[in-house]
Amino acid sequence: MLEYIDEIKKQSEKLLKEGSVEMVIGFRKGSLPMMNEPCFARTPEDVNQFVWDSNCGINLANYLTNRTEKIGIIAKGCDSRNIVTHIIENKISRDQLVIIGVPCQGMIDKHKITAMFTQEIQSVVEDGDKIVVTAGDKETPLDKSDVLQKNCLVCTHRNPVVHDVLVADPVAEPQDVDRYADVREIEAMTSQEKWDYFESLLSACIRCYACKNACPLCYCPTCFVDESKPQWVGKGQDPTDVRTFHFLRAFHCAGRCTDCGACERACPVGINMRVFTKKLEKDSFEQFGWETGLSLDERPPLDSFRPDDSDEFIR
Amino acid sequence: MEHMGIEPDRIHFSWISSAESTKFVEVVKEVTEKVKALGPQQHFHKTDVKVA
Repeated sequence: MLEYIDEIKKQSEKLLKEGSVEMVIGFRKGSLPMMNEPCFARTPEDVNQFVWDSNCGINLANYLTNRTEKIGIIAKGCDSRNIVTHIIENKISRDQLVIIGVPCQGMIDKHKITAMFTQEIQSVVEDGDKIVVTAGDKETPLDKSDVLQKNCLVCTHRNPVVHDVLVADPVAEPQDVDRYADVREIEAMTSQEKWDYFESLLSACIRCYACKNACPLCYCPTCFVDESKPQWVGKGQDPTDVRTFHFLRAFHCAGRCTDCGACERACPVGINMRVFTKKLEKDSFEQFGWETGLSLDERPPLDSFRPDDSDEFIR
Repeated sequence: MEHMGIEPDRIHFSWISSAESTKFVEVVKEVTEKVKALGPQQHFHKTDVKVA
C-alpha cells in the first residue's frame, strides 16, 4: 500500500506539468499521528507533500462540490463511488476530472487504536500488514487487520469504480462479506430497546457537526440544522433535537450513502453514526437492488419510478 | 421511524383519492384504534429548558 505513493506522485506531477488540471487533491501528513489531511497541490513541487498510507480515510469527493476548474483527484474505492454520486447529482462534471484511482486495502480506525492505549500516541508506523504504535516510551506492534475501520471490514468495493489512471493493479474484492450484521441486530430489538439503544448511542453527541462536514453528501448551502426561518430543529443538547438531527441527516443520505465511514472517522467522541445510514443503505439494497455510485448511467432509487417498486408499507 | 424505536402501529401511510370517502373513513378508524391501543406517546417529549 505504501509503495503506491511513487506512482501517485508521478501521475499527479505529470498532470500539473502538462497543465491538464489546475490542481490535484490528495493527502499530506497531518500534525498528529493517524490524521492525514487533504492537500491541494497546485504546482508540480506541491506534489512532494503527498503521502499515502492507511490513514487516508477522509473522503476527498467532499472537496469537489461545485468546483469549476479542472481537477485531478486521488480516489479510493469509496471516494470514486462518491465522485460518481457527485456527477449524477450535478455537483461536478466528469470531464472536469482526472481520477487517479488507488486500489484500497482498508484504512485504520484511529478511535480504536487510541482507545487501546492509556498514554498519548506519538507515532504510528506502518509496514505491510503490521502497524507499530509508539505510545509513551513503548512500541506495540499490531496487525492491521485487527484495527481496520469498521466500514472497511465490510467493504466490497475496494477498487475505484471510475478512474482515468490506476496507480497499481486492482486488489481482490472480498467475497461473502456479511455487510449488515450490525443492522440486523438492531432490527431484531423491540421498539423500546431500539429507543434506548439510540438514546445511549447519542448521549455523547456534542452537536459539533463534524460528521456532516466530513460527509461528501452533505453539501446543501444551508443545512436544515442551521436554518432559522423556519427553525426545523432545536439547536441545543436536548436529546430530542440530537436525535432529530442524526436521523434526518441519515434520511438525507438515503440511497446516496456509500458507507465510506468519513462521518464516524470525523466524530470527536467516537459515535458510530453509521448505524443510521447503514439501515437506509441496507433498505436501498434489499428493496431496490441499489448500491450507490457504481455506475454513471443509472439513476438512484429515490429519483426514479418502477412499477415493481416495493410499497408494502402503504395501503 | 420504526428503526429508531417508534412503535410500528403509531405511523401509518396511505394513498387515498378524494373520491374514496369510504376508504378514508376506514383508514381513519383503523389508525385511531391502533394509536389508542398504544396509549400516549412516551418519546419525543421535550423538557423545558431550565432557567437559573
